[in-house]
Amino acid sequence: MKKELKIPLIRDGTVIDHITAGNAVKVLHILGIPKSTSSVVSVAMNVRSKFGKKDIVKVENREIDPQEVDKIALIAPKATINIIRDYKVAKKHKVELPNEIIGIVRCSNPTCVSNANEPVKSRFKVINKDPPRIKCYYCEREPEDIADRII
Amino acid sequence: MLVFLILMKFKGKDIISIKDFTKDEINYILDYAEEMIAYAKGEKYRDILKGKVLSSLFFEPSTRTRLSFESSMNRLGGKVIGFSDPSGTSQKKGESLSDTIRMADSYSDAIVIRHPHEGAARLAAEFANVPVLNAGDGAGRHPTQCLLDLFTIRKEKKRIKNKKVVLLGDLKYGRTVHSLAYALALYGANLTFVSPANLKMPNEVVGECKDLGIEPISTSNLEKAIRDADVLYVTRIQRERFPDAEEYNRVVGSYKVNYELLKNAKDNLIVMHPLPRVTEIDPEIDRTNHALYFKQAFNGVPVRMALLSLVMGGRK
Repeated sequence: MKKELKIPLIRDGTVIDHITAGNAVKVLHILGIPKSTSSVVSVAMNVRSKFGKKDIVKVENREIDPQEVDKIALIAPKATINIIRDYKVAKKHKVELPNEIIGIVRCSNPTCVSNANEPVKSRFKVINKDPPRIKCYYCEREPEDIADRII
Repeated sequence: MLVFLILMKFKGKDIISIKDFTKDEINYILDYAEEMIAYAKGEKYRDILKGKVLSSLFFEPSTRTRLSFESSMNRLGGKVIGFSDPSGTSQKKGESLSDTIRMADSYSDAIVIRHPHEGAARLAAEFANVPVLNAGDGAGRHPTQCLLDLFTIRKEKKRIKNKKVVLLGDLKYGRTVHSLAYALALYGANLTFVSPANLKMPNEVVGECKDLGIEPISTSNLEKAIRDADVLYVTRIQRERFPDAEEYNRVVGSYKVNYELLKNAKDNLIVMHPLPRVTEIDPEIDRTNHALYFKQAFNGVPVRMALLSLVMGGRK
């Protein structure tokens, strides 16, 4: 049987692979897509792979800075970033959570000052990278359901 | 040399959480507070904070914390500005906390803040150039209470290590007990937690104690727990922290410290309470040698005098 690609190869750009199945849309949200880019973006969800199901995101004609993408490790700790040049993988990078997450996750504590009407962004210290565990810089509370708290 | 380095670290430092301090730094504060006792009682006078102004911003009610901070500043020759009821301030007009802090920052040399939102003091410290002292942020932290509790135990029991401390009451919402459990574990105290089933110490706090090498015991048998205890630390069940009245009504009045309870306790057991108390300690205990809570409340003055002096550079 002829194998068919679910989404076509891209000539230049970035492929984010091995995203935890079902989280591709949240990954796009964290990366500010589509607002941050006018390039073609392809999304494949629940793609079968040897490690089970996964999601894939391809952004054409844009090389996303790996550091910028690291924050997606919050919800997709196994994701890899492939920079594609002329159909070939020019660089490969496994995401790694930075030590601090700013403005991405809302604190789960309703009486945390970061949820009040103050001119500050939410701020979390990363206390464990995989599985991700974060602690609010302000109230020191640890949200259990990080994916549901993405702003 | 170490002492000098610690002293240098304190000038301008924010006092937000007990976890921001090492054990050496805590010991340094407690030792300095010992020196302040005579000044706190008014037996001696020193004006090491003369010309300094403290902003005292209390967005929530307080008796002991506010008065002892203000007394501390006055006893050291400084002045206090501020409010104890935010309804008379621009917060009523919708001003943000950060803007209020910017104002206090420009009017004073240090800021003391109590606020209903957890993390408010940490936020205040971001907007202020002068040191910020956390006087309680919601159900969060209350580091100066923690320091005065450590000071009281150390003073009464000579040391904290290996002393058996029973924490009783609302261990879930009580803001003092979380920091205190951590700090006592840091000092190597034996900890026992006694609470109604739905007000247990959060796992996070138990985990922190374990990380420090202490295995706290959790029980609902208060009588057995205090039999060989050195310290019984009682807390009030705080109506204002409960998300619903029904949960509060289920547990209020579920424990009471009285003669009957203490009859099998050690003679030198001390009973502490951050106050205010409601019904959890029978007034009959006030006249016994066990009652330490009023002395504990006084200890807030020398401890806060030490802190104010350190952060404003009063100690040379």
